[in-house]
Amino acid sequence: MKKNKKKMTPKAFLKRYLRVMVSGAVLLFIFGVAIFAPLIATHDPYESNIYNMNQLPSAEHYFGTDVFGRDIFSRVVYGSRVSLAITLTVTTVAIIIGTCLGLICGYYKWADRILMRILEGFNALPGILLSITLITILGNGVDKLIIAMVLVRLPSIARLVRQQVLSLKEKEFVECARACGASDLRIIFKHILPQCTSPLIIRFTSGLGGAILSQASLAFLGVGMDPRIPNWGGIINEGRAMVMAMPYQCAYAGVAIMITTLAFSILGDGVRDILDPKLR
Amino acid sequence: MLKFTIRRIFSAIPVLFIVVSLVFALIRIIPGDPTIMILGEEATDEEYAELREKMGLNDPMIVQYVRYLKDIITGNWGTSMYNNKPVFENIFSRWEPTIVLTFYSTTLAVLIGVPVGIIAATHRNSPLDYAVTTVSAVGMSAPGFWVGLMMVYFLGVQLRLFPVQGYTTIEAGGLAGALRSLTMPAMALSLSHQATLCRYTRTMMLDVLNNDYVRTARAKGLHENIVNYKHALKNALGPVVTNIGFAIASKLGGSTVSETVFNLPGVGKLAYDSLMRRDYDQEQAIILFVAILLIFTNILLDIVYKLLDPRIEFD
Repeated sequence: MKKNKKKMTPKAFLKRYLRVMVSGAVLLFIFGVAIFAPLIATHDPYESNIYNMNQLPSAEHYFGTDVFGRDIFSRVVYGSRVSLAITLTVTTVAIIIGTCLGLICGYYKWADRILMRILEGFNALPGILLSITLITILGNGVDKLIIAMVLVRLPSIARLVRQQVLSLKEKEFVECARACGASDLRIIFKHILPQCTSPLIIRFTSGLGGAILSQASLAFLGVGMDPRIPNWGGIINEGRAMVMAMPYQCAYAGVAIMITTLAFSILGDGVRDILDPKLR
Repeated sequence: MLKFTIRRIFSAIPVLFIVVSLVFALIRIIPGDPTIMILGEEATDEEYAELREKMGLNDPMIVQYVRYLKDIITGNWGTSMYNNKPVFENIFSRWEPTIVLTFYSTTLAVLIGVPVGIIAATHRNSPLDYAVTTVSAVGMSAPGFWVGLMMVYFLGVQLRLFPVQGYTTIEAGGLAGALRSLTMPAMALSLSHQATLCRYTRTMMLDVLNNDYVRTARAKGLHENIVNYKHALKNALGPVVTNIGFAIASKLGGSTVSETVFNLPGVGKLAYDSLMRRDYDQEQAIILFVAILLIFTNILLDIVYKLLDPRIEFD
């Protein structure tokens, strides 16, 4: 891989990495905004002021103010923190647990019969309804929202890994490891798992955009999170009542969601093309 | 073929059973006492106890589970705690907007997504192809509810093209009236579907175009259009049709978010409202109904697929 890089002409290099670089730069910017939110925000995102509600965008309030008189620009800036944190946590945790389940199901036949059936059942339930039901069961709160979103994502990740394991398990190198006396755990984690990494990386990057969107949908429905905490879906939900008169109250948060999701999905496509060129 | 069909139907039974059991477990662990929901906060302790006994909530879980299974199989899915009507009646009375919206938005998605995807694939790596993939990526990234809200403002309020909220029933406004009231929801809902369908069609088409028989057809000197549309398209459409079928099935179960944005009295809105009202029997019925719809669509699609392409083997 490294050798190839050196030989590449600048044009070929650009063709291969342009998308990853552009989307990466955009994401770096968005993460920068999230990290330095206190420095960028012009107002306290929680501070309401009834004398200052529903202001149009101005030099004082770049994106205007909402029904509670809070500065929307600051809320969108701070909103990136919650939205990105939840997205990253959900996708990472789902990949880790889903991979473990997939490894177990693929490697052990008995587990496959029980676990995979249950996951299949989960998969047959309608996605967003399942999330809302799970949150109703678990109660409100960011941690519970994360659990609900992870649960909904597990079946497809587990199935992906299981499929890989089923074909890898029959390969000679696994048989060889077994003949050398390697334990099941060693075979699973040292020999099989490393072969699954590229589909998992592809899955991770492409899952990020979806997680942003579904988290925003849930917040928009008013499920799972304290509405006072600024987050992009929640900002749109709060601006919804005023949309006919003051669409800017939801416009900016939507743009933020769209740009972030787009950057994640272009990154996902770019990574996929690099790791798995035949899928192009 | 008959053997395949029968086997496929029987293979769905374990999944059905698990779905039914999962829903039982999920609904039972929702916190909150249903008797309080029914009687309100003011009833006496005896009244609560009496109702609990009548509803069988004091029986052991396993007894409740068996009774639940029996009810599900015999079609006795319960009544809504909210309006005391049978749950099915509530679902079907709310189904019309959902059905119209489903077919309206899917038609839009198919009419735009499939041809554009085919064109992108036949012009692979051209500027046109890049434009299509970029636009479809943007379409997939826009949150549907936000697009809907922006349409409400720009198309509904500013241009006054469409009504901004609610649904005109076929009975009240005819099919034209119903479609008019659902135009914005359908556009908002179909946007991401157009984009995914376009990408999917493109990928499937490229897959087929890489096959040897396509090369042979070209080598024979056939016209490019005949190769693309007669040889390749026919084989690429199978998975695309399956994809569309599955999308229809999942939309028929209600699009909670779109229906909320436009205040449509559909199944998705009913599901959301029932959950917020803790109307468990209704919620349980909707989830099961949608899940069963999806499972049977899956079977149907597999059978159609097998008819179209007998080479396919399902395990």
